[in-house]
Parts: sequence; structure tokens; C-alpha cells
Amino acid sequence: MKTTPLHEQHLALGAKMVPFAGFDMPIQYTSITSEHLAVRGLAGMFDVSHMGEFWIRGPQALEFLQYVTLNDVSKLKVGRAQYSMLPNASGGLVDDIYVYRTGETEYLMVVNASNIEKDWLHLKGLIEGFDVELENASEFFALLAVQGPRAAATLQKLSDTDLLERKKNDTFMAKIAGKWARLARTGYTGEDGYEVFLAPDEVRVVWKALLDADVTPCGLGARDTLRLEAGFPLYGHELTDETIPLCTPLAWVVKAYKTFHGKEAMMGRPCVQKLVGLTLETGIPREGYPVVKDKAKVGYITSGTHSPVLKKGIGMAYVNTELAETGASLEVEIRGKTVSATVVETPFVQ
Amino acid sequence: MDYPETLRYSKSHEWARQDGDMIAVGITDYAQDQLGDVVFVELPSVGKTVAAGNSIAVVESVKTASDIYAPVAGEVVEVNAALADKPELLNSSPFEDGWMFKIRPSQPGELDTLMSAAAYRQFVESQ
Repeated sequence: MKTTPLHEQHLALGAKMVPFAGFDMPIQYTSITSEHLAVRGLAGMFDVSHMGEFWIRGPQALEFLQYVTLNDVSKLKVGRAQYSMLPNASGGLVDDIYVYRTGETEYLMVVNASNIEKDWLHLKGLIEGFDVELENASEFFALLAVQGPRAAATLQKLSDTDLLERKKNDTFMAKIAGKWARLARTGYTGEDGYEVFLAPDEVRVVWKALLDADVTPCGLGARDTLRLEAGFPLYGHELTDETIPLCTPLAWVVKAYKTFHGKEAMMGRPCVQKLVGLTLETGIPREGYPVVKDKAKVGYITSGTHSPVLKKGIGMAYVNTELAETGASLEVEIRGKTVSATVVETPFVQ
Repeated sequence: MDYPETLRYSKSHEWARQDGDMIAVGITDYAQDQLGDVVFVELPSVGKTVAAGNSIAVVESVKTASDIYAPVAGEVVEVNAALADKPELLNSSPFEDGWMFKIRPSQPGELDTLMSAAAYRQFVESQ
């Protein structure tokens, strides 16, 4: 099992560890609910060093990225970042990703830990004809996500660079606790905050400085409940090789005016089902539970949990397109019984 | 981790306690620690007849849903209604306020077939 550079720190804090994407990762330090609420109320930090980082460099880096991703990379100025996706040849998704423009002809792509190998082979397979170099730099980066309404202000105390005036999706280099880091005002919790890319042998200093500044260490459990409340998809659940992104609330990512890999296949596929948010009257939806209407199965839950903020069951589900309207009354089958569910707009928590 | 001496324990991490002519059942300290924050409890109906080992209730934490099994055979005669509003009692007080249901046993002596505190502790530590 692989470990991140903060593995000993997690064990020292008494974290419960679980295997995730081949890494031994903390699922919680104290409790998922308290870590979740720390991020919603003050500031929390996540070790997400297991995620993958690829460098894309060269005269045709932009042309290559335009072809292999769905969002419009030509809109990205140096020092800016965007959410995007990697389409496959049949109109589904290889992964969802973040693209950071770090120089005129240099980009950093952050990919899901579970997809590093798959993405790498996929991108390598499409590189022919482009004057571009790809580097898998996953082992050269540690990554901390510092999230919450007090996250930026707390990081600011550890840096001489102005962090408070930066906009969402800005990315730049700065020293944090004396260590050079790439910062990006991004995250996966629905809160303000930064993601901090560091050298693996320097991340412990920053982790310690943030712990000393009372930032709550948070595990993958809270990361999942936070992203669900924020309505963010997770690859392997809401998004798969089969997913048509046009049938999800992330359809905005697909820039149909440009050419991209698999475009014809994607544009030709109808939305039989759409991805929606559901809230439940009682009980907790879990992945795979059927969504029903008038005793007929009309969809399935892709992720679900108990929302610590709303204090009720929330989930995301693919449901038949004609029923995927905000306000629609449906049911979720939980252990053979049905409970009332309502289609709602996401994010669940603003 | 607590292992009260006066209770009996199952391999599926329920505890059972003689309570007059009934047997009170809940989940152990180890079980609640493994589950994490309990946010929902589905209790059996009063009057339900169960065999030992039957799935009888469900405890949901933020992470996951777990079946709870009847440690002895009998009839469910009472459930802890406080858990509907305060499922977190399973975390804060697993052996007292967080009891789940009471069974009137149909097999006298079945309670004694469950593990002692010492045996259960050994079982947990070998997991």
C-alpha cells in the first residue's frame, strides 16, 4: 500500500486509516460530523497528496489540451485554473480534472488518484501529432486542501504574499511557513479556501504550522460529505466511462463550439436519464439504492449521505429525464421500503 | 474501549443484559467506535418474533448502514423511542441511554451462550 508524506502525522493524530486508490489514507481523525462542521464554520485541512499531477508543456500544449478536455482552455490566462473533464472516444468520461495554466506554454493537470494510470495511458495515446511533452509528476507533489471561511485568513498569517485579494481559480507561487508552494484558490468542499502544492519533503512543516494555527485535520469521510452537500460529483460514482456529461448539472463544462476527442459520439447520445439532487423525508440514501415512482424503478442513487448541515438524507441520482425536474416527488427504496424524496437544485448547502 | 463485566456479547458486536424477565440489547463501545457518528436508527416493531441471529434493526452512521442482529430468540416487547430524535446516544452512551430494544426470550438460558466480557474483549482484540 502506498502512503503520502504525511502518513506518520495521520497515525500520530490517531486517524482511522482506510485503503483508498492504493493509498493508506485517513478517513477520520475524530468524527466525520465534527470535521465537516469545522470546514463549514472555520477551517479544515485535508491531505490529498494521493491525487495525480501531470505537466503538459510545449508549443502545442494549448492545442493538445483543447483536444483532450471539454472546457475551453483558450480562455485560461496564465495564473488561472478551470474545472474540466477528459472525454473518451465513445462520448463518456475518462476522468474529471482541474487544469492550471502555470506559464505561457505550461499547464498542470490534477487528476483523481484512482485514475492516474488510466488518464496517463489515455493522454499518451492521444499525443501523436502534437508538439507537447507530458510528465507524470504525481510523486513530486504533496497536496493540502485548506478549506473553510477562515482558511485564507489563516494561511495569510503564514505568508508574506497577499492571499486575501486573490480570486477563485487564481493560481500562483508563494511561500507558506517558509516553504515555496503553488497555491490555487480552489477546492472540493463548497467553501472558500486554497489548495497548496508542496514538495513532499516540505509538506510536514506546513501541516504542522496549520495544526498550530488551529486548522482542523479532516479525513476522506468529511471530504465526501462536504463535496456531496456542495453538489460536486465524484468520479466512479456520478461520473464513469459511460457518463454523458451533457446529462448532468456539469453540462456547462462541455464547450460544443470547439473540437474535442469523441465529440461526435457525445453529441449524438440522448439523455435517457439525468443526474439530479434528492433530499429525503427520512432515512439515508446510499449508492445503488433504486429510485422509484408508482412502484416502477426510474433511477438509482450514485452517492448519498446524511447531511450534517441540513440534518437529513441527501443524495445524487440518475433518474429518467421526464422526472428530473426540480420539485418532482419521487421515492427511494431503502431495505425494501420506500421513502419520499424530492428533486432539488444543487448545491444542497449554499 | 469499555467492556462492562455484567453484559453478554455477540460476535456481531451487540451486547445483551438481563432486565427482569426481558433482555435489553444494544451495540458495543467497539461497534459505535467503528461506525462513527450514528445519524439514523431503524428499530424493529414491538411484537415482532425473532430467532437468534436474525437481522432486526439497522444503524446508520454518516459512512454506512449496518445490520443489527438479535442475540437471542424471542419477542420484541419494547424499543428505545428516544433514538428517533437522538441516534447519537449510541455513540455517547452505548451501554446505557443508547439501548435499542428489549426481547422477551423464548429460549431460557440462551443469554448464557453469548460471550463474557473477557471473551468478547479477546475477540475484538484479535480482529
